[in-house]
Amino acid sequence: MFPASNYVDKVDFAFIFITVISFALLALVTILMLYFVFKYNHKRNKKATNIHGSIPLEIFWTVIPVILVLGMFYFGWVGYVDSVNPPADSMVIKVTGQMWKWSFEYPDGFKTDTLYVPANVPVKLNLNSVDVNHSFYIPAFRLKKDVLPNRNNSLWFNADKTGSYDIACAEYCGLRHSYMYTKIVVITKDNFTAWKNAQIAKAK
Amino acid sequence: MTANPSGVNSVSYLEYKGRHKGIKSWIFSTDHKRIGILYLISMLTFFAVGVTFGFLMRLELFSPGPSIMDPQTYNSIFTLHGIIMIFLFIIPGLPAVFGNFFLPIMIGAKDVSFPRLNLLSWWLFVAGGLLAIISVFLPGGPADTGWTFYIPYSVRSGTNVVPALLAAFILGFSSILTGLNFVTTVHRLRAKGMTFFKMPLFIWSLYSTAWIQILATPIIGITLLLVVMERWLGVGIFDPALGGDPVLYQHLFWIYSHPAVYIMILPAMGVVSEIIPVFSRRTIFGYKFIAFSSVAIALLGSLVWAHHMFTVGMSNTAMFIFSFLTFIVAIPSAIKVFNWVATLYKGSIYTEPPLLYALGFIFLFSIGGFTGLMQGALSVNMHIHDTSFIVAHFHYVMFGGTGFGIFAAMHYWWPKMFGRKYKIKTAKTAFWFLFIGFNLLYFPMFIMGWLGMPRRYYDYLPEYTPYHRLSTIGSWILITGLIIMFSNLYSALRRGEKTTEPNVWGGETLEWKSATPPPLENFDVLPEVSEAPYEYKENDEVEEKKTEEAV
Repeated sequence: MFPASNYVDKVDFAFIFITVISFALLALVTILMLYFVFKYNHKRNKKATNIHGSIPLEIFWTVIPVILVLGMFYFGWVGYVDSVNPPADSMVIKVTGQMWKWSFEYPDGFKTDTLYVPANVPVKLNLNSVDVNHSFYIPAFRLKKDVLPNRNNSLWFNADKTGSYDIACAEYCGLRHSYMYTKIVVITKDNFTAWKNAQIAKAK
Repeated sequence: MTANPSGVNSVSYLEYKGRHKGIKSWIFSTDHKRIGILYLISMLTFFAVGVTFGFLMRLELFSPGPSIMDPQTYNSIFTLHGIIMIFLFIIPGLPAVFGNFFLPIMIGAKDVSFPRLNLLSWWLFVAGGLLAIISVFLPGGPADTGWTFYIPYSVRSGTNVVPALLAAFILGFSSILTGLNFVTTVHRLRAKGMTFFKMPLFIWSLYSTAWIQILATPIIGITLLLVVMERWLGVGIFDPALGGDPVLYQHLFWIYSHPAVYIMILPAMGVVSEIIPVFSRRTIFGYKFIAFSSVAIALLGSLVWAHHMFTVGMSNTAMFIFSFLTFIVAIPSAIKVFNWVATLYKGSIYTEPPLLYALGFIFLFSIGGFTGLMQGALSVNMHIHDTSFIVAHFHYVMFGGTGFGIFAAMHYWWPKMFGRKYKIKTAKTAFWFLFIGFNLLYFPMFIMGWLGMPRRYYDYLPEYTPYHRLSTIGSWILITGLIIMFSNLYSALRRGEKTTEPNVWGGETLEWKSATPPPLENFDVLPEVSEAPYEYKENDEVEEKKTEEAV
């Protein structure tokens, strides 16, 4: 995987941050568990020792995890909060989800079923469904938003790299849910202008 | 206490002859132990059905493209798999089976507070289960909405959604009645001297669970009825076509269904808290912390429901609070894990099957918990929400956690319940099949999910094939383990060595002081309690320290 949108780095960082801590803690718990089971097996340790507890230890293993999860929360939050407010100069495209296809309406009035966007330009997508719930998902962009019939959800991104990526429906929507795929094609600004003009010409 | 009239305690509950004979002596019995067994049989029957559906789904996904079924069948199968496993297996698994059987015994009571209500709750359970099964065969076909019944799809689907909803509604009542019974029983029927802090930790977990059952279940009941009204009468509540709001439905659904996952996991944590000190032959580490963490989970767990809806479009305030609380609710679970591990320290450990399953629980549940943290992080959630990552996480918590907790409870209490021993070696073999199969089945889903494989997909892009293959092969190993485990337990009932030893494992809670199998009213003389549950006083007796050298 490579960074394809403005979200990738932050999402991946938060994910790796949590994964590393989780893996360390899981390894600690597992190794201790196995070590104790081996070392204090009744064959080696005929008589157990009662230890009722330890307040300092309890405080220790409450406070440390609290600090760790607050860190996780923080990185999750800062990675998310950017996605709420699209830049004012974003290009706006209307996305319609319906059983079981996507369609995209551009500011110039034409419609497509594949999403073409220019690279390095903020794009805002207004999401709407004409029937049931869907969810607009671009795995390569680490981005997803539900597409509901009665709300004007939206999302925005800045595609950093030209290329073609999958768009999937992530909210179960019936018979052909798993076929509700299309592509987002990121092209350079110049190519986009050319493509756009061709579309406008076609529409006429 | 008073001597028992007419010798009800001279024979075990299995042999006791009451008013009825044959099957009626079971299905009309108000004995909490017989009701527990009724639940056990019905729950395992549904489990077998749920496993079969899971197996078929995995078979379909072995290769991309249609293989053994059409998409409509697949959609119905994952819906039924979810409904059956959640409402008919995991929710009743521990409270209704082992809670019913052991809660009264472990607090030194003759029965629950309301034995007839208890029987009614089993009948409701069976009625709900049957309705769910009938809905499969009615014209229109089985529901295909997923177990979450999200609106508007569930209002539009032409399948039998209403019978499935009513089934879930009835099952909810069964769950509420069990909860009500347990709360009352714990408050009113504890043995003399058994203060709250002398209760076994399994009872603490059941008590916390029972409160969630009482408080949260009515919400889903009402919500499901509103959906029925919407479908039948066209009242616009959730469906935007009628002026309703589908997000409201999601809120109401998760206000119940998130606490419900704690209904599912807490009793399993209670089982682990019983097993670890017994097989370490020492007192539990941090009793009060484990007890209070159950209560904390029940309280905090009721305030995090919207983390199932982070992509639905909520305000920043809501996102902030729900994400924050989601991280906080992880803490009491972490405290439990640390205390369990600390209980192994300086124990005298017997690696019998119940301990093996309990340790399996800790490992798998921890993975489930950690991956839960990943989903709690808002930015990461935007990526992995509604992918197979969630499916993997959920199964690690609910199957690796609660499922293994149920298996641990079976191996721990089976000899007590039936007076028969199972084969220890076979039980251990089964564990390893289950453990390896489980990880092979579900771990690839984490990877797929991270790579962008959405959930509830009948078909998939070719690049996910290797992960789906591994996962399907894992399901075969897992099912082999299940077959070995259940045939071992079943053949114990038929041919297993008989035992009347009251204390099979060296436990110190009250069920080990009752006869094996327990008599109708559990105790000849109701016990009095003066100590905390896992004291193992003989450890404190002064003896020469020869243990130190034995490394």
